[in-house]
Amino acid sequence: MASTVIPANRAPAPTPKLNYLNNGHTLKSWLLTTDHKRIAILYLISVTVFFFLGGFFAMLIRLELLTPQGDLMQADTYNKVFTMHGMIMVFFFLIPVVPAVLGNFLVPIMIGAKDLAFPRINLLSWYLYIIGGILISHVMLTGGVDTGWTFYTPFSTEYTNTKIVEAGLAVFIAGFSSIFTGLNFIVTIHRMRAPGLTWDRLPLFIWSNYATSLVMVLGTPVVAITIVLVAVERLFHLGIFDPRLGGDPLLFQHLFWFYSHPAVYIMILPSMGVVSELIACFARKRVFGYKFVALSSVAIAVFGFLVWAHHMFVAGISLYAAMIFSFLSFSVGVPSAVKVFNWTATLYKGSISYATPMLYAFGFIGLFTMGGLTGLMLATIGIDVHVTDTYFVVAHFHYVMVGGVLMGYLGGLHFWWPKMTGRMYPEAWAKLSALLVFVGFNLTFFPQFILGYVGMPRRYWQYPPEFQALNVLSTAGASILAAGYLLPMIYFVWSLRYGKIADANPWAAAGLEWKTTSPPPTFNFDETPVVTWEAYNYDEIPAWERRAPVAR
Amino acid sequence: MAGQVDALYIYLLLVAGVMTALIFLAVMALAIKYRRARHPNAEQIEGSTILEIIWSVIPFFVMLTFFIWGAVIYFQERTPPADSTEVYVVAKQWMWKIEHVEGQREINELHVPTGQDIKLIMTSQDVIHSFFVPAFRIKQDVLPGRYTTLWFKATKPGRYHLFCAEYCGTQHSGMGGDIVVMEPRDYAQWMAGGPSAPLQETGKQLFSALGCATCHRFDVQGRGPNLVGLYNTDVLLEDGRMVKADENYVRESILNPTAKIVKGFKPVMPTFQGIVSDEQLNALVAYVKSLTPTGSAELQNQPAASPAQPQKMQVQ
Amino acid sequence: MEHEAHNPALLHHFADAQQQKNAASLGMWLFLVTEIMFFGGMFCAYLVYRLAHFNAFAAGSQQLSIWLGATNTAVLIISSVTVVLAVKAAEAGKRKVLVGYLVVTVLLGMTFLVIKGFEYREKFEKHHVPGATFKFTDTFDDNGKQIPVNPKEAELFFSLYFAMTGMHALHMIIGCGLFSVLAVLAWKGHYTPGYFTPIENAGLYWHLVDIIWIYLFPLLYLISRHS
Repeated sequence: MASTVIPANRAPAPTPKLNYLNNGHTLKSWLLTTDHKRIAILYLISVTVFFFLGGFFAMLIRLELLTPQGDLMQADTYNKVFTMHGMIMVFFFLIPVVPAVLGNFLVPIMIGAKDLAFPRINLLSWYLYIIGGILISHVMLTGGVDTGWTFYTPFSTEYTNTKIVEAGLAVFIAGFSSIFTGLNFIVTIHRMRAPGLTWDRLPLFIWSNYATSLVMVLGTPVVAITIVLVAVERLFHLGIFDPRLGGDPLLFQHLFWFYSHPAVYIMILPSMGVVSELIACFARKRVFGYKFVALSSVAIAVFGFLVWAHHMFVAGISLYAAMIFSFLSFSVGVPSAVKVFNWTATLYKGSISYATPMLYAFGFIGLFTMGGLTGLMLATIGIDVHVTDTYFVVAHFHYVMVGGVLMGYLGGLHFWWPKMTGRMYPEAWAKLSALLVFVGFNLTFFPQFILGYVGMPRRYWQYPPEFQALNVLSTAGASILAAGYLLPMIYFVWSLRYGKIADANPWAAAGLEWKTTSPPPTFNFDETPVVTWEAYNYDEIPAWERRAPVAR
Repeated sequence: MAGQVDALYIYLLLVAGVMTALIFLAVMALAIKYRRARHPNAEQIEGSTILEIIWSVIPFFVMLTFFIWGAVIYFQERTPPADSTEVYVVAKQWMWKIEHVEGQREINELHVPTGQDIKLIMTSQDVIHSFFVPAFRIKQDVLPGRYTTLWFKATKPGRYHLFCAEYCGTQHSGMGGDIVVMEPRDYAQWMAGGPSAPLQETGKQLFSALGCATCHRFDVQGRGPNLVGLYNTDVLLEDGRMVKADENYVRESILNPTAKIVKGFKPVMPTFQGIVSDEQLNALVAYVKSLTPTGSAELQNQPAASPAQPQKMQVQ
Repeated sequence: MEHEAHNPALLHHFADAQQQKNAASLGMWLFLVTEIMFFGGMFCAYLVYRLAHFNAFAAGSQQLSIWLGATNTAVLIISSVTVVLAVKAAEAGKRKVLVGYLVVTVLLGMTFLVIKGFEYREKFEKHHVPGATFKFTDTFDDNGKQIPVNPKEAELFFSLYFAMTGMHALHMIIGCGLFSVLAVLAWKGHYTPGYFTPIENAGLYWHLVDIIWIYLFPLLYLISRHS
């Protein structure tokens, strides 16, 4: 294959007739594709379906919690609703969303490769996700599971009579989807970078996905074996976690959280990578402290494996173990703080515009700061004893997962939408949605911090009347949030037919993905790029590129 | 103790609030000052290692203050005072069963006097529950198969919510109750109203009825170790390990006697798993704890001379 | 875009054959790491419970057939040797030798599984299979001293025994299937000195499954065995 040096400031190519979207119209060409971009679109559709399903369950929860009594549904039903909300959101939305949608699409292009290292395994990943999704949907339709997404023993092994094994199988299979995606990313980033693209020239989105993939590959197998052991105990009454047979329910918790804590870093790290890209583009400058931001991703991934028992401070672990895990949990806060400071510093002497992706990036910085700081409060054992298992924790993790992960994802989706589809979304509607999301989100979840501190436990179908006012505020916020999420659904679909046609680089952004057409051709580049420039070379992108996307 | 937790919380809120405000203000100020219209050319700044060090080290030290204060409070929370009044708690789906050592039993309510250290010794009959009293800022998971403990000292009379805080099934949210704190006078009155044998009395009866006294004798060395003065001492086992005879040890010895064989004794004790309920176990544990060498009323009914020395090892 | 002549095995998204080989190799190593983490969970459970219930574990371990276990260990080690020889044959382009070693490897793997089957049957007959039919009255032979153990804890040992060896056996079955497929493809001439990456990578997988057994054998079969 011929490769030529592409100058840093070459004008973008005109949109060709043939790109990855119209290269084959049959269903088979989509369902048997090995093109990472098509697989990303397949994921986009399926992940969105599960998001709205999980969101539907969230609405049911908030509606029930409008009143102190359990009057909308029975206790058992409510228990199933919050379990399914958690399982779907964690395993079928948050874990895959940024890597499988944005990562799949962008990782090869950003490093100048034609595809991921193992395209067929990539397709297999998607099918595993779908099979897991079908299984979990079947579980939902035939009675659901009521253990909470954390399925603690011995309740999940000896006491509940809902479909634990089938739900566990669904998560197990989806877990392999995650493992294969991570494996693919690591090999691709190590072995398939374009000539000249050294590690210190990689976009921060790549660094984040790399760190995420390390966690996916190392952590997910542990939850897989935990699920196997739970299933085996349930099916054959082996005593692995049952104290009456010499087992220990705390062993389950250790094994479960050994994955599930790093899992939250699987969720947040790619989103942080997105934010780096957005800040750089909309401040027109290289991210401040690039090296530190890159390495902080790896630090978060590593430290993330050392802190799992902070979910178990009151579970019955020893005093000294608790103190050690508390101390280690603070250490994970430092690299996260470093990122926030570096992003803020990037704004200094930048040239800042407020397109929707940047608004989401701002939202991320603010909400992740709040979520992260409340995480430090939870790491403080004296406080955790009081607020663990209350709405304080619920608020904390929604701040980082929704205020963090989801805002980063939405920002990235808006940013790369023109690249993925060749169309621009309507900016005014998008800004409105971003505002609705920000306001709705805070109204939904800030009251929950207060609810938690005054003592409302989580997973409660009914609650004492004095907690009602805050719950009503929270539900009101949820309806605004829902509107904020529904609008993009509508205008993104609208844009596919009526959106302004985007050229190769509507944002005048740096990065190899902007040097190919929108949408890209199936093999990404007409010629393999040879990289001779540093990442975020905004000083080299000439003035003529700064113009609004031209309608054709 | 609750006051200390609140003080720490306020400190954390202040620090977090200041941090959040700083970031929000910085982002907004910079975003406005350097907006495209005013500042069309961005200045490329690589970074500053000094700044990175400063804003890594300073937050780390601030976090250390969080850690230390939190750890101090936690240490106090996990260290019940030696003279605490003990109360046994058995959790089950979906209620709290309380047993005072004086014999009083309660369901979903715990009466305590003000100014008294109360230590709860808790276990679960089925799944994991969690004993949560928001007003006291305390919480502890309650596990099947072992005891966990929690202590507090109530200072103001009143009724305070008790919640289960670990999801345990259908009626998890209905598994609540109250901690009823009374002035010592009122508490004594409440205690007196209601016939119930002290927990250790029940234990003593069980000890006899179940045949424990056959082997665990107080007058001469029997087939089993003499239990007088056993509680809270160190025990040397057959395999060389030294363990502390706490509540969990006593409970385990009844349910799983072959797990820890005392040095010099044979593994002949049968298991009582399935034969004694959790409440009966609590009574037996309370009884064993009451067997002190000095002036224990329990020993007066035993025949023969002086009580045998504790831990006296005689090979059979 | 002209199409240079290349090995038919080269996939088009790779720049060249070397990149493809490096990618495949790294991918397989990463997959093996996930397998180690997967088994690691069970090893962790084993560690915790063995520390808590040593006597029962020792008693259970003494009920396993040390000879069958040792034979299986030897079988697997030999099969890893045949795997190495297969890779060398592929490298040297000796098709028939390659197929031969692949087939022998599969046969050795099946021997392992058959011996395992005998062991499982013996456990079934002695009522050592956890569940409703479990019965354990044996003691821990501590240098002649018979120490009775809690049968529930012994049941825990056997739960882990079946879980760990069962999961291992499942991986052996997959390995045998994999090597059978490779043997057929090798017979058809798919592998040349210029391209035998699948043989190498499958070999890595087989070696890992072997190493896992080498840990399982002493941990399960050799607790407190004295001469």
